[in-house]
Amino acid sequence: MKAAVITFPGSNCDRDLAVAFERAGAEVTRVWHKDSVLPEGTDIVGVPGGFSYGDYLRCGAIAAQSPIGGAIRDFAGRGGYVLGICNGFQVITEMGLLPGALMRNAGLKFVCKPATLRVETTDCAYTSGYAKGAEVVFPVAHHDGNYTIDAEGLARLEGEDRVAFRYVDGLNGSVADIAGVLSANRRVLGLMPHPERAVDPAQGGTDGSAVFRALASVMARA
Amino acid sequence: MTEPKITPELIAAHGLKPDEYARILTIIGREPSFTELGIFSAMWNEHCSYKSSKKWLRTLPTTGPQVICGPGENAGVVDIGDGQAVVFKMESHNHPSYIEPHQGAATGVGGILRDVFTMGARPIAAMDSLSFGVPAHPKTAHLVKGVVEGVGGYGNAFGVPNLGGEVRFHAAYNGNCLVNAFAAGLADTDKIFYSAASGVGMPVVYLGAKTGRDGVGGATMASAEFDDTIEEKRPTVQVGDPFTEKCLMEACMELMATGAVISIQDMGAAGLTCSAVEMGDKGDLGIRLDLDRVPVREVGMTAYEMMLSESQERMLMVLNPALEAVAKAVFVKWDLDFAIVGETIAEDRFLVLHGNQVKADLPLKALSGTAPEYDRPWVETPPAAPLGAVPEIGAIEALRALISSPNYAHKAWVWEQYDTQVGGDTVRRPGQGAGVVRVHGTQKALAFTSDVTPRYVKANPYEGGKQAVAEAYRNLSAVGALPLATTDNLNFGNPEKPEIMGQMVGAIKGIGEACRALDFPIVSGNVSLYNETDGTGILPTPTIGAVGLLASLDELIAGQPAEGDIALLIGDSFGHLGQSALLVEAFGLEAGDAPMVDLVAERRHGEFLRAQRQHVKGATDLADGGLALAAFEMAEAAGLGVTLVAEDIATLFGEDQARYLLVCDGAGAAALEAAALLTDVPLARVGHFGGNAIRFGAATASLAELSMLYRGAFAAAVA
Repeated sequence: MKAAVITFPGSNCDRDLAVAFERAGAEVTRVWHKDSVLPEGTDIVGVPGGFSYGDYLRCGAIAAQSPIGGAIRDFAGRGGYVLGICNGFQVITEMGLLPGALMRNAGLKFVCKPATLRVETTDCAYTSGYAKGAEVVFPVAHHDGNYTIDAEGLARLEGEDRVAFRYVDGLNGSVADIAGVLSANRRVLGLMPHPERAVDPAQGGTDGSAVFRALASVMARA
Repeated sequence: MTEPKITPELIAAHGLKPDEYARILTIIGREPSFTELGIFSAMWNEHCSYKSSKKWLRTLPTTGPQVICGPGENAGVVDIGDGQAVVFKMESHNHPSYIEPHQGAATGVGGILRDVFTMGARPIAAMDSLSFGVPAHPKTAHLVKGVVEGVGGYGNAFGVPNLGGEVRFHAAYNGNCLVNAFAAGLADTDKIFYSAASGVGMPVVYLGAKTGRDGVGGATMASAEFDDTIEEKRPTVQVGDPFTEKCLMEACMELMATGAVISIQDMGAAGLTCSAVEMGDKGDLGIRLDLDRVPVREVGMTAYEMMLSESQERMLMVLNPALEAVAKAVFVKWDLDFAIVGETIAEDRFLVLHGNQVKADLPLKALSGTAPEYDRPWVETPPAAPLGAVPEIGAIEALRALISSPNYAHKAWVWEQYDTQVGGDTVRRPGQGAGVVRVHGTQKALAFTSDVTPRYVKANPYEGGKQAVAEAYRNLSAVGALPLATTDNLNFGNPEKPEIMGQMVGAIKGIGEACRALDFPIVSGNVSLYNETDGTGILPTPTIGAVGLLASLDELIAGQPAEGDIALLIGDSFGHLGQSALLVEAFGLEAGDAPMVDLVAERRHGEFLRAQRQHVKGATDLADGGLALAAFEMAEAAGLGVTLVAEDIATLFGEDQARYLLVCDGAGAAALEAAALLTDVPLARVGHFGGNAIRFGAATASLAELSMLYRGAFAAAVA
C-alpha cells in the first residue's frame, strides 16, 4: 500500500497518521500542500487532522482550494481512496468529495475524549475488518464536528448504507449521531474521530488498527 | 515624528522610580530619548529584570549531572539519555489573563511554547496551573471559561498535547487570577540552540509574524498592581495566532537543521528590545537595528512602539551569512516574514535607527547588566497559631464537602477542552496525577506534574515551599518515573511589602531545601510579582512544574484497582488537619500550620515505590484531601467501590506528607510488605477495593451517588 499523507500549514496529526499507516505496512510519502501532483502509484491519500490554514474563514475551506486539493479531487474522481480524519474530514467535505457539512459542536466547546462508535457498515475497504454493529473506541478532538445534512441527503446516505460510524452516546450534535460517512463509490471516508490515535497499546487502545490493516489487505489484493 | 519630552510623570508612567531614573542618567550621561526611556523601562521592570527576586533565586540549586542548561536561557535543558534532552519551563501570564482571559491565556501558552522551540526542541507536552477567585465572584465564571478556551484554543491548534495541571478557586484570586503555563519539548543534546550571539557583522534576522501595536508596554503592565483603571489596560494585551506559531515552529526546526542558525531568541516580553539586548549581552557584542526593515502590520509605527511591541509569534536570530539564501527559502516555504533588520557590532552598543535618525544609542551591557537589584526588606511570616478543636463531621459528609467543591471535583470540564492526545504518544492523560508521554519512536517516556498548595505556603512559606516540591516528586514517583528536574513559577503579591517579601523568601528557602534533598534541581523559572488588587495580595503561589523519566514504558505504574484488590498506604499518618482541604471545604476554616515535610522520608518512600514497582498495580500520592480523597478518586476512576478500615476524620482527611496510596493484588501486597520489612518504610494495609459503595469504617454511601456529585460539581460551579 502506497499512502500519501498531506501536510497543510496547520496540520498537526500528519505524523500520527503516517505512523498509523506505517504500522499497517504502508509505504508513506509526505506531500506538501503547495505540490500539485500526488506521488506516482499512490493507492490512498490521507488527509490528516489539525487546523489547516488556521481553520480561518471556515474549517477546511482554504485547504480545499490549495494546489494539492485539486490533485486530491482528481484522484478521487478517478476512483482513488481518500481518508479524511477530523480536519481532513472537514477539508474533503469542503472539496465536495462528501455531502453535508461540519458545524460547531452543539455544546460550543472543543471536545477531546474517547468516544464509543458503532460500526454501521462493513461494506468498504476501511471497515471490512470489523463486525457490523461492533462498538469501538476512538478518541475525538474537535471543535467543529457537528455533521449536518438535509433530510433528503440523510435519507440517501442511510439508504445507500454510507454511514460508516455512529456515536453510540451522541457527542457533538451530529445529525443521526453520524461520526463518519462514505462517498457513493465507498472509496472516500471522512470521519471526525481519530482511528490513528488508537493503533498502539501505549495509546490506551488499538481499536483503530483494523482500519489501516483492512486498507492494507484490500490494497494488497488490488 | 517628534518624541514626547521626558517629564517626571512620563518616567513614573514607565514604572521607573526616581532613583532608577537617576541611575539611567548616570549610565548614559545625558537625558534619554523617549525611545530610550521605553527601552530602559522594558529592561528594568520586574518582569524582565527579576530585580526583587534575583538575590533569592541565586540560592536555588540549579545543577546536577542531569542538567545540561539551567536558568538563564529560554528554558532549562535536562539529559534523558541516548543523546536526547527534555527542554522545559513554566511561565505566568496572570495580568493579561485577568484583563482579557482568552487572549491572555492563549498568548501565555504561545510564549512558553516559543521558549521551548527556540532552543531547538519540538514541544511534546503542555500543562497549565490556574488559580481563580471564588465561583460566586461575578468575574470568575467568565475568567474560567475564557482562560480554558484560550489555553485550549492555542495548544490544540498548535498541536501539543495538554497533560495536566491544576485548577483552584480562592477568594484571594478574586481580583487577580493566575495562569501559569508549562511546556516541554524534545531535542538532541548536540542540537540545542542558545541565545548568545557570536561573530561581528553577522546578520540579525527577524522571523515570523509582523509587528503591530499590540502589547506595547505589556511587560510594564505585568509588573504593576491592578486598580479600577484596569479596563483601560486592554490594549496592552497581545493577540495570539497559534497557526502562525505552528508554522514558525516548523520553519525554525527546518532552519536549525540546515546549520544556518548561530543564535536565536524568541520575542516575548518587551519584544524586540529584550530579545536583541539578550543576544548581544550574552555574546558580549553590540547590536545595530534598522527599524525601517522590520515587517510591520500597521503604518506609521514609531521606534518606541516597534521596540516595545509584544506582537506574538516572532523570533530574532543571528544567521550564518553563508546560508542566508537557504534560510530565506525555508521561511518562504512556510509563508512567514524573514527580514535582515540589523547586525552584530563589536562595540558595547545598542544602536536603534529609524527613518534615518538615531532613536536609541545606549551601552548594551548596561541595559541588562546594571539593571537595579534590590535587597528588599522582609519579615519572616509569624508561626501559625495551633489548630483548635475541629468541628464534628461524619466521614461521608466530609467527603461530600470535598468532592462537591470545584477545588476537588472531577475536572473533565477543563481537560476535555484540551487536545490531550495529539502526537499519538500520550500514555497517561490528565485527571490522575502525572501525565505521561512517550518519547516518540522509543519506549522511553516522560512524566509531568505541576503542584503547589497555596494555603500551606501562606501559613508557613518554608514548609509550603518544601511541600510543593515534595508533592511534585511524589506525583512523578507514583507513576514510576524518576524525578529529574523542576521549573518554578513564583507568584506573589507586592514585594515592596516586607510581609509579602517574607513569603517569597520563606518559600524560596523551602523550595531550595527540598530540591537539594531530592536531587531535583530547578532548571528554569519565572517570577510574577505585584499580584494584588486594591492592595490585597493573592495567596503566595510558587507553582512547581516537574519532569520525570521512565527509562522504559515497562516501568510505568498506571493500573487501576480491580475487585478485591488491596489498598496499602506508604508513610506515617499523624492526622494533621491544619490548613487541610477538609477544614476549608467543610467549615470555611483556614487555620493551623501547614503539614511538616520530612524530606528524608519523601526520598526514601519515593525510592521504595520506584524500586518495588513490579508489585504495584496503581499508585497515587496523598495530597490535600488525604487518604479519603485519594482512595475515592482511585476507586471512582475504576468504577469501583472502596472500603477503608479507618473511620476517624483525622486519619481519613489528615494531610501528612510523604505518603502514597497503592493498589496491589494479594501477591503484590505480600511481596511489598516483605520488601518494606527490610527498610524503614512504613507500609500498612488500609482497606480494599470493590463493590459499589464507598465505606469509611461503618459510614457508607453509594459510589453512583458520590460519582454523580463528583463529576457534576465543577461544571455546576462555573456554568
